[in-house]
Amino acid sequence: MTANVSASEKLDANAISQSQPEKKFKPKNGADLLIQALHDQDVEIVFGYPGGAVLHLYDAMYKNPIRHILTRHEQGAIHAAEGYARVLNKPGVVIATSGPGATNLVTGITDAMIDSIPLVIFTGQVATSVIGSDAFQEADVIGITTPITKHNYQVQDVNDIPRIVKEAFHIANSGRKGPVLIDFPKNISADVFDEALAEASREKEIYLPGYQPNSKPNYLQIQKAIQAISESKKPLVLAGAGVLFADAREELTAFVEKYKIPVVNTLLGLGSIHGNHELNYGMAGMHGAVVANDAIQNADLLINIGARFDDRLTGDTKLFAPNATIIHIDIDPAEIGKNIPTDVPIVADAKEALIAILKKDFQAPDTNAWIDYLNEKQTNYPYWYVEDEREILPQQAIQLIHSITNGDAIVTTDVGQHQMWVAQYYRQNHGHRWVTSGGLGTMGFGFPAAIGAQFAKPDKKVIAICGDAGFQMTAQELALLKEFHLPVKIVILNNFALGMVRQWQQTFYEGRYSQSLMPVQPDFVKLADAYGIKGYQIDTLDEASAIFEEALNSDEPVLIDCRVKQVENVYPMVPPGKALHEMIGVKKF
Amino acid sequence: MKRQFNIESITVGHTEQLNISKMTFVVNVEDEVKLEQLIKQLSKQIDVLKVNDITEKSIVLRELALIKVVSPGNIRLEMNAIVEPFRPQIIDTSKNVVTYQVVGHPDKIDAFIELIRPYGIKELTRTGITASVRETQPSDSAPQLSILK
Repeated sequence: MTANVSASEKLDANAISQSQPEKKFKPKNGADLLIQALHDQDVEIVFGYPGGAVLHLYDAMYKNPIRHILTRHEQGAIHAAEGYARVLNKPGVVIATSGPGATNLVTGITDAMIDSIPLVIFTGQVATSVIGSDAFQEADVIGITTPITKHNYQVQDVNDIPRIVKEAFHIANSGRKGPVLIDFPKNISADVFDEALAEASREKEIYLPGYQPNSKPNYLQIQKAIQAISESKKPLVLAGAGVLFADAREELTAFVEKYKIPVVNTLLGLGSIHGNHELNYGMAGMHGAVVANDAIQNADLLINIGARFDDRLTGDTKLFAPNATIIHIDIDPAEIGKNIPTDVPIVADAKEALIAILKKDFQAPDTNAWIDYLNEKQTNYPYWYVEDEREILPQQAIQLIHSITNGDAIVTTDVGQHQMWVAQYYRQNHGHRWVTSGGLGTMGFGFPAAIGAQFAKPDKKVIAICGDAGFQMTAQELALLKEFHLPVKIVILNNFALGMVRQWQQTFYEGRYSQSLMPVQPDFVKLADAYGIKGYQIDTLDEASAIFEEALNSDEPVLIDCRVKQVENVYPMVPPGKALHEMIGVKKF
Repeated sequence: MKRQFNIESITVGHTEQLNISKMTFVVNVEDEVKLEQLIKQLSKQIDVLKVNDITEKSIVLRELALIKVVSPGNIRLEMNAIVEPFRPQIIDTSKNVVTYQVVGHPDKIDAFIELIRPYGIKELTRTGITASVRETQPSDSAPQLSILK
């Protein structure tokens, strides 16, 4: 009789290491060395997708386990790593195979580059003997990713792996953070390493003479900044994501409270000070608050801390902050003077610069009149919408989500109308809980980023607020919610359209809705059901409150298809090419 | 180019130090702001050790050009006489063609090319500029000696 093997043929994906009981793992080849290097860096989780060129790597991972999350598309893996990195402020790690695996990462790498998100990315590569021969699944990944990474490597010698991995993590997570890619030819992952050489490369101190980011502020520039602050009458802080990357939230709050200086945020800087802080006047820029843009245009001193004067923030740069002396604190010297001429440049880590300023006691400017002025503006020009009897407005949905979660949830978004409404209406109480694609404006970012954020913070409530179109760009990752029991809450603000495209076509193209409407959308509740997730559909404001309450407080993953008014626009708005004081859609109350 | 800089020429080669190369760029920039950005963006590259703007420095600057010119035997002596002030070297000849090598400031090479062009240039190869900063620089802080000041 033969044994009955048919009973349980289904493979258990989580049966890692059970096959290797008690045997101490001994690294032999390049792949083993790489996994060991990840352990050396205390990597807790890796997002990835296997393939031919990384088979050795995945085999090494099987023998020397590291937590690996198998997404359903490489783009899902890299956005998840971005969400993870954004929430924990440390590098997310991604693995993909050569060729298509690597090229599927390109959007995410670019997204991380422009938003300074630390990532370490491993791509498989064909064997060195066939690189350049257009081999199967070969792509020039170094060539493709050079302009979209902070740095990249192609491993040429197996013994170099420990050094390269150590450098990659250092570069990704220091200075101005960003993505670092390591291209890993298959034969090198199979090469047997030399123990002495590999150990030497592991022990070697990081030596990068061409990379010495400066974190300490220049004393003279701090003196100049202090003088400018004490002489100002209408100072304003513009706080960007640099404050969050530097973990300088407390210092920023202490500084503005001590000298009573109002604060506005960039999109990515939201959360760098409490959303309801009395000195916080909200987001500035294209869809920012009237008061925030007015503050920039009328300030006599603008203290930019960790923001890069992006065009969506500045509007017409020639007319930006016309009356202000500009102090710019940035860890990246190339940002200073790039878009806006700077009077007092301070190349430094935001935290160290703020500490240096806080250490000095100097004459506080008298800002009472300035603050009174801003308070009046804020009261007179709040964000506004006109209620609709029949349809839910997306703004109302976000207000409900905000009140149910008290502004404490980790919120992720894609790009577009819903993103702007969340930025306007979901005031963040904390730092590192706002995960959005700012610079690149990537559709399909929000949902996988929420998955990464949930892995980073298993006990926190994570809400992915997406548009109906963006969600479908990475919807395949729904499988992960069930598989890993991730209680992510997906809210689709469903307007059956590419809302922002439609809005621009309405405003600037006389309503010619060219390819921006999606009259047929899937039944999202059934889609959720297919992936084993509870789905809800909300059609009226009356039922919205109860359903949001139930769904958002559930311990399970949920998907909420919230049908919202299609022809609703994001206001106020700085039209393209106009200055911050030339907003449209402004209403006085 | 990603940041819209127009590179006129690049030269690169090994230096006296192992694993370190030096590149010389000639770049057209609109203004100081663009120039500053260019230097900062280059400095930002992890593999770049140092960037020096030597535009205003006292430098030694050289370019090399190889110019193949139609040169039938009956006028070759005349041609050689005409180009002589440029001190070119003839590095290859055939029945009807001669190849000159000219080294020097790019202006000199431009002038040489204009001079030789009427004879019929068959092929032109220029290396681009390489440069080295002079050991002795005119000092900005030198004491002002003029009594007129």
